[in-house]
Amino acid sequence: MKLALVLGAAALATMFGAAAHADTLGDVRSKGFVQCGVSQGLPGFSNPDEQGNWTGIDVDVCRAVAAAIFGDADNVKYTPLSAKERFTALQSGEIDVLSRNTTWTLVRDTALGLDFVGVNYYDGQGFMVPKALGIKSAMELDGASVCVNIGTTTELNMADFFRANGMDYEPVVFEKADEVVAAYDSGRCDVYTTDRSALAAQRLKLADSNAHMVLPETISKEPLGPVVRHGDNRWGDVVRWSLIAMIEAEDLGVSSANVDQLRADANAHPNIKRLLGTEGETGDSLGLPNDWGYNIIKLVGSYDEIYERNVGPNTPLGLARGVNALWKDGGILYAMPVR
Amino acid sequence: MTVEARDSAPPAKPPIWNDPRYRALFFQALVLGGVLLAGWALVNNTLNNMESRGIASGFGFLNKTSGFSINMHLIDYAEENTYGRVFVVGLINTILVSVVGVFFATILGFIIGIARLSSNWLVSRLAAVYIEVLRNIPLLLQIFFWYFALLRSDLIPSVRNSLGLFDVFFLNIRGLFLPRPIFEAGFSAVFITFLITLVGVIILVRWARRRQERSGKQFHSVYASLGLLIGLPLIVAALAGFPLSWDLPVLKGFNFVGGVQLVPEFVALVFALSLYTAAFIAEVVRSGIMAVSKGQTEAALSVGLTTGQTLRLIVLPQALRVIIPPLTNQYLNLTKNSSLAAAIAYPDLVLVFAGTALMQTGQAVEIIAITMAVYLTLSLVISLTMGFFNRRFAIVDR
Repeated sequence: MKLALVLGAAALATMFGAAAHADTLGDVRSKGFVQCGVSQGLPGFSNPDEQGNWTGIDVDVCRAVAAAIFGDADNVKYTPLSAKERFTALQSGEIDVLSRNTTWTLVRDTALGLDFVGVNYYDGQGFMVPKALGIKSAMELDGASVCVNIGTTTELNMADFFRANGMDYEPVVFEKADEVVAAYDSGRCDVYTTDRSALAAQRLKLADSNAHMVLPETISKEPLGPVVRHGDNRWGDVVRWSLIAMIEAEDLGVSSANVDQLRADANAHPNIKRLLGTEGETGDSLGLPNDWGYNIIKLVGSYDEIYERNVGPNTPLGLARGVNALWKDGGILYAMPVR
Repeated sequence: MTVEARDSAPPAKPPIWNDPRYRALFFQALVLGGVLLAGWALVNNTLNNMESRGIASGFGFLNKTSGFSINMHLIDYAEENTYGRVFVVGLINTILVSVVGVFFATILGFIIGIARLSSNWLVSRLAAVYIEVLRNIPLLLQIFFWYFALLRSDLIPSVRNSLGLFDVFFLNIRGLFLPRPIFEAGFSAVFITFLITLVGVIILVRWARRRQERSGKQFHSVYASLGLLIGLPLIVAALAGFPLSWDLPVLKGFNFVGGVQLVPEFVALVFALSLYTAAFIAEVVRSGIMAVSKGQTEAALSVGLTTGQTLRLIVLPQALRVIIPPLTNQYLNLTKNSSLAAAIAYPDLVLVFAGTALMQTGQAVEIIAITMAVYLTLSLVISLTMGFFNRRFAIVDR
């Protein structure tokens, strides 16, 4: 009885927990790996293959962060999250960074206590319909039933689009992306709506990919990028500049193929030298080793390399660079100077 | 007679810190204070952490515009409505599926439970197979099965080729379309008449039973009650000019407009929940019937009652004593299992409120707390209602 009292009092004392301390970089260093929140399987963005290795453009962001901190791009553990749980997992500290084709919006940036640290893919929302319906444009969709994933900007954009155009619709809302695709495939809904890149990816999972077409309209802006928690600026900086390093590498013409040769070259442009760490001390201000940029490009690649191997024209997704090209190539990707 | 020696003075009272009563009170106050302190510390810690991370808190979000729409709503709802209204819509959908599920599960459960005890070998074996199969497969898998079997079966046509009945009821892959009654001005009179007739019928039935107990004369209250229940409101309706019109579903483009739409998710969910819970209720019913001593059945049969009458008048009233508490359990299980609706897009409380609303506002703590409170209230209401029935059927000791 007395032992129970003492134990109870001790448990009580631990209730007065310490205030939340925000040093994710320190925690990640002592853990030895980055805990990365990804999707539950979206080809091109974050998808496990048959051996369980994760690949994708979002996965490559996490690998770049690990390469920058540890010099080893494989020091990452992946947590597959549905659209419903992704923010709670980040808020609660279960994951260190969320790289899950998440759209940057005001409410998410403020009310949820999260920070978006960059955009790795500029996208927009589209509609997919079976060709058999004979629909040629999204303005003909009055009264349609639309399959959608819960808790996404897709749900809200769809409501706005139909309301603004005075059309009726029936939303059928599922929790997991696979269930949405299965319901669309079975004919429960006439339309499937999500980001255009995800439409291209999920079309691969349908029974007959060629029986479906994506309508030409893009009804919203969807800048997709990695997310971290509020209140930890140092960690946010690490993730932000890891992404910028990959875009800057493409801008400067550095890739994993020529990065060794450029590092050894004493006559390389000073911008390249600063990026690869042979000159300057950018690593110190970030809290990283000085060759963080070199490690990212060598182990993961520049932006065009990760784009080409995951979502580029030669992959099953077949997405052209379009808006995701560099600013000097007609797109809007613009890297801040690494100096 | 013994003479008891008495002390000249009452025994000395011990000091307060030795008095067992005061010590007990002191320690209880200490523990109570400790529990309250722990609760306050938890809440305070949560609020502080949420504030330091910049996560919004408080219940103000209930007045903000939601911005999304819901496909099945029994009250008016549009995107301009607030999250508070989303909560009400989800709550009504949950209650609807629970009530309909409980209704069908009870009927089916009683039938299967009695069938399990039938002397017909085939009937009792079939019931046993039903019970064993449906009890042992997880409910989520059963829900998925009925939903995707329903969607993919060739029996359910697409919207353009709907199955129509009298051009009033339509069945297709988007759901079951029923005409919606529109209540005009005079309908309240008809409704009040119906209620008064209902009360009158209950009094009539009780009077008939008491007359039979007193004098043995039977009164077939069934026909009289039916006649009154249907006839009187009908007369009042005719006097008021039949104040009831219908909003018929009409095919326009992609979908039917007008009428009530019962989405296939609702049908699949009610199917799965009723069949699953009926298997459990069947076992409960069987145990209740077996708890009534066999002598009752034998005596009833020897007095000349048929097996049907024995079951209805002798066995079941006694069996209900044993059946009602576990039956309450099954109703509570069904209500809580209805939250699995989130897996198949049925817009119940968990999907629209603890799903979409939670995601759009980010206020997980408040929303989950409200949802838990709702389920707790629903379960307590069901328990209290069944408790009332339990007391009515309890044995009264003389």
